[in-house]
Amino acid sequence: MPFLEEYVDVAVVGAGHAGCEASLACARLGLETAVFTVSVDSIALMPCNPNIGGSSKGHLVREVDALGGEMGKVIDRTFIQSKMLNVSKGPAVHSLRAQADKAEYSRAMRQVLENTDHLQIVQAEVSEILTEEGHVSGVRLYSGAVYHAKAVILCTGTYLRARCIYGDVSNYTGPNGLQAANHLTDSLKSLGIEIYRFKTGTPARIDGRTIDYSKMEEQFGDSRVIPFSFTTDPESVQIDQVSCWLTYTNEKTHEIIRANLDRSPLYSGVIEGTGPRYCPSIEDKVVRFSDKNRHQVFIEPEGRYTTEMYVGGMSSSLPEDVQHAMYHSVPGLEHAKIVRNAYAIEYDCINPQQLYPTLEFKNIKGLFSGGQFNGSSGYEEAAAQGLIAGINAAMEVLGRDQIVIDRSQGYIGVLIDDLVTKENHEPYRMMTSRSEYRLLLRQDNADQRLTPIGYQVGLISEERYQALKEKIRRIDEEKNRLESRMVGASREVQELLTACGSTPLKTAVSLAEILKRPEIHYKDLAPIDPSRPELPQDIIEQVEIDIKYDGYIKRQMKQVEQFKKLEGRRIPEDLDYDQIKSLRIEAVQKLKLCKPISLGQASRISGVSPADISVLLVYLEQRQTKKHVDE
Amino acid sequence: MELYKNDTIAAISTAMTGSGIGIIRISGEKSVSIAEKIFHPGKKGKKLSEQAAYTAHYGMIKDGEEIIDEVLVLLMKKPHSYTAEDTVEIHCHGGVYVMKRILDLVIRNGARPADPGEFTKRAFLNGRIDLSQAEAVMDVIQAKNEYALKSSVSQLKGSVMKKIRALREQVLYEIAYIESALDDPEHISLEGYPQKLCVKVDNFLKESEELLTGAEEGRVLREGIRTVIVGKPNVGKSSLLNVLAGDERAIVTEIAGTTRDALEEQIRIRGLTLNLVDTAGIRETEDVVERIGVDRAKNMVNEADLVLYVVDSSSVLDENDEEIISFLKDQNVIVLLNKSDLPSAVNSEMIQERLSKPVISVSAREETGIEEFADLLEKMFLEGRVSFNDEVYLTNVRQKNAMEEAKRSFERVKESIEAGMPEDFFSIDLMAAYDSLGQILGESVGEDLVNEIFSKFCMGK
Repeated sequence: MPFLEEYVDVAVVGAGHAGCEASLACARLGLETAVFTVSVDSIALMPCNPNIGGSSKGHLVREVDALGGEMGKVIDRTFIQSKMLNVSKGPAVHSLRAQADKAEYSRAMRQVLENTDHLQIVQAEVSEILTEEGHVSGVRLYSGAVYHAKAVILCTGTYLRARCIYGDVSNYTGPNGLQAANHLTDSLKSLGIEIYRFKTGTPARIDGRTIDYSKMEEQFGDSRVIPFSFTTDPESVQIDQVSCWLTYTNEKTHEIIRANLDRSPLYSGVIEGTGPRYCPSIEDKVVRFSDKNRHQVFIEPEGRYTTEMYVGGMSSSLPEDVQHAMYHSVPGLEHAKIVRNAYAIEYDCINPQQLYPTLEFKNIKGLFSGGQFNGSSGYEEAAAQGLIAGINAAMEVLGRDQIVIDRSQGYIGVLIDDLVTKENHEPYRMMTSRSEYRLLLRQDNADQRLTPIGYQVGLISEERYQALKEKIRRIDEEKNRLESRMVGASREVQELLTACGSTPLKTAVSLAEILKRPEIHYKDLAPIDPSRPELPQDIIEQVEIDIKYDGYIKRQMKQVEQFKKLEGRRIPEDLDYDQIKSLRIEAVQKLKLCKPISLGQASRISGVSPADISVLLVYLEQRQTKKHVDE
Repeated sequence: MELYKNDTIAAISTAMTGSGIGIIRISGEKSVSIAEKIFHPGKKGKKLSEQAAYTAHYGMIKDGEEIIDEVLVLLMKKPHSYTAEDTVEIHCHGGVYVMKRILDLVIRNGARPADPGEFTKRAFLNGRIDLSQAEAVMDVIQAKNEYALKSSVSQLKGSVMKKIRALREQVLYEIAYIESALDDPEHISLEGYPQKLCVKVDNFLKESEELLTGAEEGRVLREGIRTVIVGKPNVGKSSLLNVLAGDERAIVTEIAGTTRDALEEQIRIRGLTLNLVDTAGIRETEDVVERIGVDRAKNMVNEADLVLYVVDSSSVLDENDEEIISFLKDQNVIVLLNKSDLPSAVNSEMIQERLSKPVISVSAREETGIEEFADLLEKMFLEGRVSFNDEVYLTNVRQKNAMEEAKRSFERVKESIEAGMPEDFFSIDLMAAYDSLGQILGESVGEDLVNEIFSKFCMGK
């Protein structure tokens, strides 16, 4: 039978947050790219919470932006409220979160895709991955059409064999009733790819006109909004913001839930997928934290031009009638009309240990994947992986070196390393506690950390790169100035310190030394620092953080030095672990399975001991020297 | 443990015997400057750092004003030393106590207790050991690590282990609390938390202090050759034990709770410390309860450094002896042919036909053969046939070091709280403490924190 045949460089399967970043990266690097989606109207859809960012997720968005990704720019144009979280805590955990106008976000991202050269959008379901001799060669669509491609990126999100469930109602659809992708799983399995089944959920959406806000606490955005993207003009984001609202569940809510637990598909065993512990349904919270007599509920707008409100904190898969009763028991929601029910969704994803940290499959060259398909959750996690998968697919096609962001360079590195190295049995969410060098991986310095890499890849313009270099130069200059400028115990200085609640000086010290005191800020020192240059806020911020937390930062930098040595010790792909007799059997099994690319990665595999790593090190050393001698 | 560490390490590099010369070896960049701090040459002696390499220097090791020992110090410069790093050897007058004091002093002055097999590893990585020996090097590293891991746990007294574990759990809880609040600030508040944490950290500090004092006084760790006595009932194990131990027999079973602790006693022979475990008389049996006893004895034999197999020479070997002999084949064994004062039914040839291990005739009643036994024990030890070596003591040093690290981390948390630092800084040092405490127990961090966060705190969405 004749069928349509097309030739592209890269095929991207899925146009969610991962697929968008992946396809944009490839097309911007000049590769002919086709992105496939089951519905063009659902490009960059936000099927769950109406916000982007949040603790540690905000870091990811900043990092995506610093590498030349799109998410930060789009949310800066479509947010309706913004807040910097954790401002009372250290700079490492400050994190930006913006409420999005969902429809606008989706539309704006689609517009970017549509206006990118070398990028074509195709509405179709991909049903088969084609390979030739261990290398990917294209995709076949459900229609029978074949798109030949040099690289393929899988970003199927929650659509693979998706099933939505509440009570005893279950539909084989993707999120929001969209068409599921039911054929690709078989093709993946036949390629030897191990499939997991995960589950997640979303709360109901309520008609805002039926909510009594007088019973809730209003939650405002920040008065001065900070943009996500390093390229966004800060003045352009000072807009009129909308409010969110806070209310609480109560004993009555919990009683309703407890009385109907037997009707929950989670407890009756209808749902087989593994759900995330960090994002429990309200029934989960009530059961697991039975000592809490109330839980917070955030009412968040879905957009400026809709009355739909998202009920944060109350995701559920209870039957429809129970959901109604349960929501109505919450103050302010007594008469609420439900627009969309809460539901749980099950979907196929992969065991990401089958991937290299470049997000390429170990057993199929040219096949990459990103996003929820890799067992993660969240828009930001998806975008971050999509970008890396996109960059590396492009590098592969262009015959250039692929990139790996390591754990000391970014949350993106932590995210991907955790996914491909550790055993993961639930949808993975980024958390600040997962990062061991977080004082160095701040959202405020993502550009310094990653923009040089984005530039080297080709996604950052010369102009932006030069601007960054100039910024770094000015930061260093100002730090040096503060370190060398001494002040004595003059009356003026002592008075200023006392006024700031600080202790007076005993001897002359540098301004930098004074700035190290937690209670003193850069701006406080202006009166005793008359020669200070006029500097923009972002530079002052960097100077202040670098000086104030110098001791801690230096400690982490030392740890990073150690870390880098192990990361830099590459393990050849063809290493036969069975040959290394001193390794323990458990270690051999785990190492064979994971095929770590470096000693560093090997050391993070559970079941591989430090002694095994020492043994491996000695073996590699011997092997290398031997080779050297043989040559 | 980290690889590629180029800090300065130290260890005792001779067997821990009560006699002969003891050597403390220091390797790494700072080895000379560390030695210099504790070594005092005679009046005209130059500072160590001003001395030429490959020279020996006579002087005193002092802890402050107190003289610890009269020593000879050997200086070696990289790359011509065992590890191909700057190396200092302190040759002292042996004696377990003196060697320990000197090693402690070296560590207090900036060295780190060497990881298991680390000297060998460094030597290899620095090209001092031939490539053909790589396999042996790998074996040594793995074996020493396994031994250290085994001894790190087995040497902690049960009650102490419990305390450390409980402390570690409390620390994890606090980290998880802080981290939950950072991850989900709208659900979990840190309002007023620093003050509460300060009280808790004071407690952590107190507990680590107590554990450290305990370590100094030997209440935390056992040291010595782990020795198990086996034999059928009524072969005279107890009376023999009394004679062997002489006046130095000490019962160290004050800590109740674990059976292992209760069974043990410590004796000294010629300066060697034996931790003796007396097994119930082993006898092949169908009885379930007793069978458990036999299995337990077998396990103890497998974990022992040395086994003393007591045989009644006045009665013939039976199937119970055959059973015992069958699981002694791969162990370090001394066979004691007791009751040599009675008419003999078994001689050493008959034993050695079945078990080729040294046999000594003794009589507990007449106190004969005791000297021969002590000679043999000492010989085996000096030749390194008894596997108890520097590793055991070093494990203790490492554990103590890790405990001190934990304490330092707690102090840092306290400083951060008092300086008004933000909460996320507390968890950095709490995590370091958690890690250090884990090293004592031989446990790594893994996914502990994430699991604790999810199990104890209700997160949003």
